[in-house]
Amino acid sequence: MRNIRIIALREISGYFTTPLAFVFIVIFLALTGAFAFYVGGFFERGQADLRAFFEFHPWLFLFLVPAIAMRLWAEERKTGTIELLLTLPVSTTEAVLGKFLAAWGFTGVALVLTFPMWITVNVLGTPDNGVIATSYLGSFFMAGAFLAIGACISALTKNQVIAFIVASAVCFLFTMSGLEMVLNFFRGWAPEVLIDAIASMSFLIHFDSVTKGVIDLKDAVYFVSLIAFWLFANVTVVELKKAG
Amino acid sequence: MIRLRELTKKFGSLTAVDGISLSVGRGEVLGFLGPNGAGKSTTMKMVSGFLAPTSGSANVCGHDVVEEPVKVKSRIGYLPERGPSYGDMTPQSFLNFIAAIRGFDGNEKARRVAQTVERLALGEVLGQTIDTLSKGFKSRVGLAQAILHDPEVLMLDEPTDGLDPNQKHHVRNLIREMARDKAIIVSTHILEEVEAVCTRVIIIARGRLLTDDTPEELLARSRHHNAVLVTMDASAVEPVQKEIAALNSVEGVDILDGLEDRARLRVMPKHGRPIVIEISGLIRAKNLPVRELHVEKGSLDEVFRDITRASEGMGEGDA
Repeated sequence: MRNIRIIALREISGYFTTPLAFVFIVIFLALTGAFAFYVGGFFERGQADLRAFFEFHPWLFLFLVPAIAMRLWAEERKTGTIELLLTLPVSTTEAVLGKFLAAWGFTGVALVLTFPMWITVNVLGTPDNGVIATSYLGSFFMAGAFLAIGACISALTKNQVIAFIVASAVCFLFTMSGLEMVLNFFRGWAPEVLIDAIASMSFLIHFDSVTKGVIDLKDAVYFVSLIAFWLFANVTVVELKKAG
Repeated sequence: MIRLRELTKKFGSLTAVDGISLSVGRGEVLGFLGPNGAGKSTTMKMVSGFLAPTSGSANVCGHDVVEEPVKVKSRIGYLPERGPSYGDMTPQSFLNFIAAIRGFDGNEKARRVAQTVERLALGEVLGQTIDTLSKGFKSRVGLAQAILHDPEVLMLDEPTDGLDPNQKHHVRNLIREMARDKAIIVSTHILEEVEAVCTRVIIIARGRLLTDDTPEELLARSRHHNAVLVTMDASAVEPVQKEIAALNSVEGVDILDGLEDRARLRVMPKHGRPIVIEISGLIRAKNLPVRELHVEKGSLDEVFRDITRASEGMGEGDA
C-alpha cells in the first residue's frame, strides 16, 4: 500500500507542476457545462435534474480520458524513466495501481469541480439528490474503466499519439456496443447469447441505468470487473515488455 | 555479491548477451568495457531486473533476480544509461520520492536526501526543475538517486557521460570512496576511467565475455608496454640507434617523427620487460647525446582495439 501511495502521489504532483491539470480541468468544466446547457437543453427541459449534464459524460470521456491515460506509460518509455521506475523496489502491480489511482483520483477531482451544476439545480428546484449522487458515482467509475483501458494501451507503445488514438477507438467500441446501430449489425446471424453479451459490454447501457438512480449490483460488477481486467492486462503488458 | 551464470538475452534472432558468467565481490570495482552494442547495458538491465533474461541467472546478495525481484532491487543502486529522471520534478522532490520509495521516512529521509545532495554538490539547483538543468547536473541527479540508500551493490551505466573534466574527477573520487564496502560495476567506453577507478576489467563484444583481468595486466598486454621513448638531437640519431639496438633486452628500435631538430626513437623491449634502467646506463656509459627518456605504459585503447577486433574477425563492430 505504501508504495502504491508514494507512486500515486508522485504521479499526481506531476499533473499539477505542469499546465496539464489546469488545462484538463478547465476544458472539462467548459465542455460539460456547454453540453449540458446548449446541447442537452438543461433549462428547456424544465426539470430539476442533471440528466442533461450526465448524458454527455460518456462522449466527453471518450477523448478526454484517453488524453490523461496516454502519458501514463508511453511517456515513461519515451523518456527512459520506466527503467528507473521498474528498477526501484516496487512490484509491477504496485506501479500499475499507483499510476492508475493517481489518474483516477485526478478525474475524480475534475468531477467534483462540476459541483456548481449541482448547486444550480438545487437552487432552481428540488432535485432527487440521491439520483445525482449515484450518477456522479457512475460517472466516476465509468471514467475509471476508460482510464484502465487507456493505461493498458499506453503501456504498449512509447508514442503518446498512438496510445491516445487506439485508446479512444477501444473506448468507442465499448461505448457504442449497446446501441441498436451496432447490435443490428449482429442481429440476424449471431446467436442471441452473443448479442446479449455484446450489449452487456456497453458503457452506455450500464451508465444509463446508474444515472436513473438505480444502483444495480450488475452495473457495479460490470465497471469494477472491467477496471480489474484492464489493469491486470496492464500488468501483463509491462511484464511482457520486460521479457522483450 | 553479484553472480551471473550463463546469462543470456535474445531479442528475436539477435543474441545481445551470450552466456556471460562472472562474479563481483565486496570492495571490487568492475569496469565493464565493450564497443557500442556489445551488450553492456543489456547485461546491466538484466541484473537490475528491468529486462528478464532469456536463460541463465543473475544473483544479487543471495537473491535471484527473477524469483525475488523486489529484494534484489532494494539492494541495488542503479544508474541507467543517460541517467533518466522525471524532468518536471525538482531534484528535491525527485530525491524525496526516491527516498520514500526506498523505505525512508521522516528525519531519516531528510537526512539521506541532504547527505546525498551534499555528496553530489546539488545544493544550488535543488529548486529548479530537472528539465532545465545542465547535462552535468542532470547526470549527477541520476547518480544521487542510485546512491541515496547506500546500496551494497552499485551499477552505473556510463556514469561520467556528459560531465566536464572536473565533474568526472569528482564522480571518480566518489566511486573510489564508495568502493570499500560495496560491489560496483561501472560500464564505460572511456578507457582512462578504467585506469582511474577499476580494480578489475571485463571486456565484452557481441555479447561474449572476452577478458577478465586487472587494468595493470591488461596494460601489460599492450605492444608498447614498457617501451622507452628516447629524444635527441636529429644529428645524433644513427649512433644512438645503433648502440641501443645492440642491447640484448631490446627487441627493436623504431624511428618516430621528430620535431624540427629533434628526433625520437621508440625502443621496444623483449617480452615487455622494463628496460629503461639498462638504456639510461648505456647512455651514461657511452655519453650519448640523449635529451629525454620516457617510459610508455602502453595504452588500454590499443589493447581494447586488439581484443575486440580479434573477436569480430574482419567484421565491423558498430552494430
